[in-house]
Amino acid sequence: MSSRDAILGRIRRSLGASGVDATRLAAVRHRLTETPVNVVPARGQLPAAERVELFVRKASDIFATVARIDHRDDIPAAVADYLRGRNLPQAIRRGEDPRLAGLPWQREAQLAVAIGPSAGQDLAGLSYADAGVAETGTVVLTSGVNNPTTLNFLPDHHIVVVDASTVAGDYETVWADLRRRFGAGAMPRTVNLVTGPSRSADIEETLLLGAHGPRSLHILVVG
Amino acid sequence: MSGSLTSSSFPKNASAALANPPLLKAIAHIEETLVSGRRRAVDALPEFEALRDAGRDIKAHTLKHIDLYLETFERKVVEAGGFVHWAADAAEANRIILEICQATGAHRVTKGKSMITEEVGLNAFLKENGITPVETDLGEYIIQLRGETPSHIIAPAVHVNKEQVAADFRRAHADLDPTRNLDEPVSLLAEARGVLRERFLSADVGITGANFLVAETGSTVIVTNEGNGDLTQILPKTHIVLASIEKVVPTLEDVATIMRLLARSATGQEMSVYTTFSTGPRRADDPDGPEAFHVVLLDNGRSAMLGSEFEDMLRCIRCGACINHCPVYRSIGGHAYGSVYPGPMGSVLTPSLQGLEKSAHLANASTLCGRCESVCPMRIPLPKMLRHWREKEFERHLTPKKARFGLAAWRFLAARPRLYGVATRLAAWSLARLAGKDGALGQVPLAGGWTRWRDLPAPEGGTFRTEWAKRGRK
Ligand code: SF4
Repeated sequence: MSSRDAILGRIRRSLGASGVDATRLAAVRHRLTETPVNVVPARGQLPAAERVELFVRKASDIFATVARIDHRDDIPAAVADYLRGRNLPQAIRRGEDPRLAGLPWQREAQLAVAIGPSAGQDLAGLSYADAGVAETGTVVLTSGVNNPTTLNFLPDHHIVVVDASTVAGDYETVWADLRRRFGAGAMPRTVNLVTGPSRSADIEETLLLGAHGPRSLHILVVG
Repeated sequence: MSGSLTSSSFPKNASAALANPPLLKAIAHIEETLVSGRRRAVDALPEFEALRDAGRDIKAHTLKHIDLYLETFERKVVEAGGFVHWAADAAEANRIILEICQATGAHRVTKGKSMITEEVGLNAFLKENGITPVETDLGEYIIQLRGETPSHIIAPAVHVNKEQVAADFRRAHADLDPTRNLDEPVSLLAEARGVLRERFLSADVGITGANFLVAETGSTVIVTNEGNGDLTQILPKTHIVLASIEKVVPTLEDVATIMRLLARSATGQEMSVYTTFSTGPRRADDPDGPEAFHVVLLDNGRSAMLGSEFEDMLRCIRCGACINHCPVYRSIGGHAYGSVYPGPMGSVLTPSLQGLEKSAHLANASTLCGRCESVCPMRIPLPKMLRHWREKEFERHLTPKKARFGLAAWRFLAARPRLYGVATRLAAWSLARLAGKDGALGQVPLAGGWTRWRDLPAPEGGTFRTEWAKRGRK
């Protein structure tokens, strides 16, 4: 007997249950197709403007920095400002996201923009988040050519753009949106929920930022 | 060396730990960091208690249908282009992982932090077979350099101080400038980041554990703070996930609920920095990510816990709150337990995984004070289960002779009230005579384990029964 059958057999014997019991199958099917929502904290259930304010506050609490800009066209200038403020070279790497591709990058003549996944040589990466989550100041990023996952982890500094209109109160809203875009029960290869810059407290429980991932996380909220 | 400690030598290990002041100092930090952090995070979320109920219910439902959710999870992983392997025990899990590594011709393997690979002893096994896995979580990296095992499930190097880390780095990173300054944690972190970056970029296989397996989507989920788990799973050509069967949950909504409990209970964060869902290998148009994705599902004794008095333990999400709040752990640290999982959760789980014979002492490594259950996000009745193990230990004659003799003598007397009265009066009288002028006993026959660390107050006046009888007469 394969280990698979042995394990499933032992489970069913321990539970005194069968794998073809209609009631059990129906209970499982119901949960997987209806995806019932459990307890959702009230804190994120706010009108749009306050929701975005909560997102900004929560992200700042966990050591992300946040700048608010009015239009996507302001992104290149905001990126250049941030790099200058941190004394970093004017260079950034991004994916092929059309929301980033169509911007007036030529306005920042000094800024070198590379495109594609990171091989570990970049100081700063730029990504477009699918969503923000107000309850914890989290950004949600999905893999693909538009926003390669390596940009979320290899560069020392990560700049993430979030549209204010995509800032949700809670994770459940984000899941519903993922199902709408990718289909029920399907996911992109990688979904990253990022809450602040990388950190470690493994040496004498001293909290330090910039463990293996980015040392800093800068969020640009558009709109 | 901690690597050789076993649960059966718990009493000896515990005595050694009590005589180790640097260890005790290191563990004392847990109060200001993890314990007070949890308190703050819990107080800031009015729904926390309701979330605990929901978390318990999700796991209880899942365990009752776990065979079906595992089958669904397997189907979804395969649909996404991944492979699922089933391992009945530690040896089979190790063999499967070695075979995958060998088939890909892997020489360099990186690892994300994973207690389950500690449980199966994966590192030692791979090393015996010519593959050296590199731990990449900072704490795990430190203890790997030291040849130790984790002393805490979420803070594996909590027992090591920064001077020790500096010495280990000087020894292990011999190619770096010997005059460099390694006085502060920040320079130690920077050095580890630099050294490990190289390892990440050159690894052939990345091995991680999983905090959740999502049946709805076939995703495996890791929750980390450093980002090492992500670099482990996106850079190499092959990503292997080793997870025990009870990690499965039905839906993304269920992940969200338990996620809200996990970091708050573990470190006092509202959310860990990186929560990552991995589903299959990279897609045709993905510019990065692994080309192959394997999930190894481990049983190792868990299926036998279902339907038993220990089933509730399978709700555990490995947050470590019970450990941080345990007065016994806080007195002796994690290594004394001699098992992969320390503290209350370990004392309940270990006998199920490795047999009561090898770990009978663990159920006694508890004062049954109940703090663990009061903070457990999954509402696991840990003290009740510790008592179950004590009963089994006694039934199976695994209790030490002295304790068995004491309990048997007590039973003999308790069944004979008159004799009991005489014996306890005699005992109170002789203890009072043994005590010094301050009324404290520095030494008591048969109770050296107690009086070595504190004095026992000598009884004053009569026994409970004589006092009770006097009062009843008034
Ligand atoms: S038993 Fe409860 S408190 Fe302890 S690690 Fe598991 S979930 Fe956390």
